[in-house]
Amino acid sequence: MSSSTPSGIYHRNIENENNINQSQLSKSETSPTGAGAPTTEDDDMEPLPSQPSGAHMIVEESTIQTFMQYFDRLLIGLNPRWRNWIIRGIFSWVMILGFAKLVSMGPLVVSIVVLLIQIKCFQEIINIGYVVYKSHNLPWFRTLSWYFLFTSNYWLYGESLINHFGFMMHKHNFLQPLVTYHRMIGFLLYTSGFVGFVLSLKKTYYLKQFTLFGYTHITLMILVTSSHQMIQNICEGMIWFIFPVSLIICNDIMAYMFGFFYGRTPLTKLSPKKTWEGFIGGGVSTLIFGFIVAGILSHYQFLVCPLEYDDERMSLATSCIPIPLFQKTIYTMPKPFSFFKRTLELYPFQLHSLILSLFASSIGPFGGFFASGFKRAFRIKDFAATIPGHGGFMDRFDCQIIMALFTNVYISTFARVASPNKLLQQVLALTPENREEFLRLLRNHFKE
Amino acid sequence: MSSVLNSDTSNLHQRNIDYDIDTNVTRLLKKETITSGVGGAPTTEDDEMEPLPSQPSGAHIILEESSIQNFTRYTDQLLSNFDPRWRNWIIRGIFSFIMLIGFAKLIELGPLVVSLVILLIQIKCFQEIINLGYVVYKSHNLPWFRTLSWYFLFTSNYWLYGESLIHHFGFLMNKNNFLQPLVTYHRMIGFLLYTSGFVGFVLSLKKTYYLKQFTLFGYTHITLMILVTSSHQMIQNICEGMIWFLFPVSLIICNDIMAYMFGFFFGRTRLTKLSPKKTWEGFIGGGISTLIFGFIFAGVLCNYQSFVCPLEYNEEIMGLAISCKPLSLFQKTTYLMPKPFTFFKRTFELYPFQLHSLTLSLFASSIGPFGGFFASGFKRAFRIKDFAATIPGHGGFMDRFDCQIIMALFTNVYIATFARIASPHKILQQVLELTPEKRDEFLRLLRNHLKE
Repeated sequence: MSSSTPSGIYHRNIENENNINQSQLSKSETSPTGAGAPTTEDDDMEPLPSQPSGAHMIVEESTIQTFMQYFDRLLIGLNPRWRNWIIRGIFSWVMILGFAKLVSMGPLVVSIVVLLIQIKCFQEIINIGYVVYKSHNLPWFRTLSWYFLFTSNYWLYGESLINHFGFMMHKHNFLQPLVTYHRMIGFLLYTSGFVGFVLSLKKTYYLKQFTLFGYTHITLMILVTSSHQMIQNICEGMIWFIFPVSLIICNDIMAYMFGFFYGRTPLTKLSPKKTWEGFIGGGVSTLIFGFIVAGILSHYQFLVCPLEYDDERMSLATSCIPIPLFQKTIYTMPKPFSFFKRTLELYPFQLHSLILSLFASSIGPFGGFFASGFKRAFRIKDFAATIPGHGGFMDRFDCQIIMALFTNVYISTFARVASPNKLLQQVLALTPENREEFLRLLRNHFKE
Repeated sequence: MSSVLNSDTSNLHQRNIDYDIDTNVTRLLKKETITSGVGGAPTTEDDEMEPLPSQPSGAHIILEESSIQNFTRYTDQLLSNFDPRWRNWIIRGIFSFIMLIGFAKLIELGPLVVSLVILLIQIKCFQEIINLGYVVYKSHNLPWFRTLSWYFLFTSNYWLYGESLIHHFGFLMNKNNFLQPLVTYHRMIGFLLYTSGFVGFVLSLKKTYYLKQFTLFGYTHITLMILVTSSHQMIQNICEGMIWFLFPVSLIICNDIMAYMFGFFFGRTRLTKLSPKKTWEGFIGGGISTLIFGFIFAGVLCNYQSFVCPLEYNEEIMGLAISCKPLSLFQKTTYLMPKPFTFFKRTFELYPFQLHSLTLSLFASSIGPFGGFFASGFKRAFRIKDFAATIPGHGGFMDRFDCQIIMALFTNVYIATFARIASPHKILQQVLELTPEKRDEFLRLLRNHLKE
């Protein structure tokens, strides 16, 4: 009884928002009305009786919306279910083609785009917090949130850059102090934000401010670590980015298809449109698709080679000796099948791909359920209305987050090899006495 | 308009707490949370935290009987003729001494015991904060909340401490040890453990409780983030040398005590609305005394090799190294006196660490207290007086360690910037792990470089 009252308050607040603040908020990009603009598949999310869902909060006009309205008129004759399907399909193709074009532009561009997408997702989530917690009278909330985003990205990406490219730095470069004191600078930046937060605490707003502080930090934790891991994956080889991402895309699409045509048993109350048939069908097709695509991708050296700076040519290395994971190996067929074929030539990566596919299809969707639960908790339909038929960026990338983390752990367990360059850098960083000791130990060891 | 809605929500919390008092007192009696102010049991110095008019502060939630309370009541009777202000002062003073002596004894027991105690304190602080969340958010009907929180604590500690142990002592591991799979697949195991907790959380979501469950999920994770990283950094500091744990902790202790003394005797101008009992006189007086104390104490500590040596496993004695060649930071260096003072003395001998101690003291006295303000704001937000009633006169463990958290993080960054030296053993280990082709390449690069 008492637990529904706080949510009741949020609802009355949202209705008030509707009546009073519609013009103030119309500029922010949040959820569209259900007037006919298709949104995610959670169309049947149960709103409270006689209480509008948060999706009705904002009415918004944008170029994509006008395009949608034009489009809608074209498709007006068709069944609304098929109309939604067609628009989702069209934009799915648009996104896949965009993804392929992006990958062809190389790892640096991909890293930058990952960073931009992270910023966009952060903006979506912070906007939701801003509206739901009614922080209009707390002007520092948004400034501090963006400041913390900048600080954490600066710290993490700086660490990565220094780790990978630090040895290139000439000692008397003007950037040298930034490199030497990087951790200290990052820490002091963060501490300034922390001090700023404490100084911004206003009487009677304490609980709300602390809630938002926690909200911002959780969002940062999730978004910044996952995008950072994605970029670390790219540094191990583009395949470690392309492959997991395409696994999740395939699982999403196949689960949707199977659910659309054969769906019957609902999977979980959180996402009523997801079905067991979709889940299992999507899983099996992801396994098959992953196995085949892994074999195709392992051919290409520029996908398989780690990002390394070639001293001689002063640019990124384009060829390398692939790790054994990406070299065709001969396996003997297990007994039952040796009638058909004695041996099998596979990339070991294809066998690893089965595990990655298994994770992508079984645990990956939990990222989506988490996001659905989050949306239900805050009573919104979508994170934003950026992509017609799909919702915001966060709606598309919620499953990718877990997959990126898993891939990173997978790489460090099964595929990571130390780099000679980095070790050399560490040796050179030793003090002269320690260096002597190191050389002594090295010589001793090789004499054995 | 919106402020009315705001107070509506806070009234709701208060009404919930009142409702709790009426119905759930017996259920909550067993838990060690906040004590009432009825018996005269002294709590923190924020005695004058303004409660809302006609609304009880959260401190009145629970009545509790414990042995410490009995002792305090006995002592109270002894001191009942004293002025209450002095009574509080005396009890705080007694327990401050007890804690200081306990701390000194602890240091004596060596780094491994200290690390263990840090872990236990972290668990205790976590328990205090989770109990708070449990009561304030009224999660009685969400049985999974506490299980999941403790599970996440276990998982994050397992992952972080495992990484540290493997990093420091991994080369000791014989290849055919039964623990080897745990070491090789450590990251994967930690990740899968965490993911199971995540899946468990998603499966535990109950209709109409979504917002509360997500709020508690976030609450748990923030708590974990703060407590686990800071205790992990503290232990990493210990691995660099006991002095890196002992010194910052004593700086914070000194700052707290000196600021309290100066505030008690000379306090006049209030520092911030968050902690009405803190004053500018205390702040500045505490800061200056911390600088002086730190400078002297640093010089004293640098003499002892047992504090200054990093934790290293000595293969010959099969034990932790007890002597080493200290870093240049800890070796007495001769400095020239700056011009104005050369009349008195030409040169003076200092440990460079003493100069660094000034920076550490500055941070401890200026930014350290913000950890305390953060905790005060948190307590006001949740309308409680203290995190718990464990230490009479001081509140819970979290009340004592809120400033230590920031200091531990700063010390770790400080070490990494100014004092960390790579170990030849670790680099050799990494070289031996390379594949043969990479090892040849490494040796080639090394020879090329040494020829220059």
